[in-house]
Amino acid sequence: MTDPNVESLTASALSVRLGGRAVLDDVALALRPSEVTAIVGPNGAGKSTLMSCLAGLRRPDRGSVNLGGRAIAAFGDRERAQRIGYLPQSPEIAWPLDVHTFVRLGRTAHRGVFGESASDAEAVDRALESTAMTAFANRDVTTLSGGERARALIARALAGEPTWLLADEPLTGLDLGHQLDAADLLQRIAHGGVGVVVTLHDLSFAARTADRIVVMAEGRILADGQPTEALNPGVLSRAYAVDARWIEGASGPLLDITGRHG
Amino acid sequence: MKSARAGWALNLGLLAFLVALSALSVIAGRVWTPINHLGGAHDTRWLIITELRIPRTLLGILVGGALGLSGATLQGYTRNALADPGVLGVSSMAALGAVLTLYLNLALASPWVLPAFAIGGAAIGVVLLVLVAAPAGEAVSFLLAGVILNTIASAGVALALSLAPNPWASSEITNWLMGSLADRSIVDVRTAAPFILVGGAILLTTGRALDALTLGETGARALGISLRRTQLMIAVGVGLACGAAVAVTGVIGFVGLIVPHLVRWLVGGRPSRLLIPSALAGADLLLAADILVRSIPRANEVHVGVVMAALGAPFFLALLISMRRRLA
Repeated sequence: MTDPNVESLTASALSVRLGGRAVLDDVALALRPSEVTAIVGPNGAGKSTLMSCLAGLRRPDRGSVNLGGRAIAAFGDRERAQRIGYLPQSPEIAWPLDVHTFVRLGRTAHRGVFGESASDAEAVDRALESTAMTAFANRDVTTLSGGERARALIARALAGEPTWLLADEPLTGLDLGHQLDAADLLQRIAHGGVGVVVTLHDLSFAARTADRIVVMAEGRILADGQPTEALNPGVLSRAYAVDARWIEGASGPLLDITGRHG
Repeated sequence: MKSARAGWALNLGLLAFLVALSALSVIAGRVWTPINHLGGAHDTRWLIITELRIPRTLLGILVGGALGLSGATLQGYTRNALADPGVLGVSSMAALGAVLTLYLNLALASPWVLPAFAIGGAAIGVVLLVLVAAPAGEAVSFLLAGVILNTIASAGVALALSLAPNPWASSEITNWLMGSLADRSIVDVRTAAPFILVGGAILLTTGRALDALTLGETGARALGISLRRTQLMIAVGVGLACGAAVAVTGVIGFVGLIVPHLVRWLVGGRPSRLLIPSALAGADLLLAADILVRSIPRANEVHVGVVMAALGAPFFLALLISMRRRLA
């Protein structure tokens, strides 16, 4: 499955301190293309900080992020934006644009001086199609329902044809059915060759969606591996202070939470 | 693509309207000067046209365009539909800069000192807004920062003019804080035009960044937009355009608030699409308001800044109410 053209994304020895607290403490991570990597962990574990470092939007105090073997800090703003699509946590949409215009914003780093080329228009059409948003192209993006809005946001990121898609809590605020749809969409995107990295809160969803799970707590990586392996009872107890175990469900493993400890 | 065509149709319409208003502006006023009834070169009414009406018309177009374009840019940058160089205190800061040169007796040193100080004042105003309010990024923090800048700058203008060896301080204060296009000469046009044109050209290059800022600051950075560069372009562009405008006319508020709304309603919300039509519509609006004030038969002409405030303040209130409703 591995596409040799996808540039590798790695973090080494990342440290970020904020107000005297280590938000990230010596984090090392080598991400693989064509799979969904979910970063999970309790509030304040450093997930969002790690994501913005990986996206090249925050400079770590120590350590570095490398894209295709080259330090991400050495990339120009546009160069980086062409390779990494980033969906921030609780994304802002300031003006009532139609969905088509909104998704075209994803081409910002590609557009030449003379405006849009044919390849820009094709990329936008493909992004709308792969997220099933073509029929919504003329709708006002600020009046979409939560599920439609999530798809429009993903379409906007896909329009940039990134090699990496980093999404910070893309499922937050969606109902169960729409979480499932969005998770499937992210899986399809990954299997199409894009490296997908998401932060998630719902562990059952993470286990269901991700090929690989990275568990963080207090700025460090506690576990990293296949879902049920990474989310083993010992790790869950240390990360979340809960007692939990995996049980066999009809459609796969299920997380059974049995208690909470100090 | 449909909106692109609507945009050009709107631009052409606004331009045609501007041509018609310009013609009216040349003949309308206390003395009507219908071109076809004028005598030969010895007719004194030609003097009114060339010495007063044409400079006044050109200034109305330049200043209105500068204010409309600055308003559209500031609204795009702050993602705040209530932004305007007047409301945010940028124009008052320019007036303070201009008045300081009168207080310090620098204005006579060179004709460029006063506009340079006004431009500096406006640019400092934008920089303060960006530094104070932008990190929070909320509409309210921009408006509060604007209230503070307006208060400081208006107090500064009043203080400087009162302390200055100037027997007409109170009327000068009104002149600076409630702008007017009356009795300006071609010298004023020549002073302001280069700065307004350069500032306007700089602001027109920010379209791509303003579009990307629809996604917020993080979203725009992720799309490869440099926020610092955008802030610099806006501070310099708005500084030049508004500063030069205030230097020759005083503060004329609300043009930059009203115009982008009318345009947005016609061509949609994409910020880059609003820039050119806002400049044209700003010129239309200010020219129309100016024709109105000089057509009212009165001993003293009403300042066009007063008329804009009278039109703009209720508009501002209505906007605020409709925004609150949408949020509630």
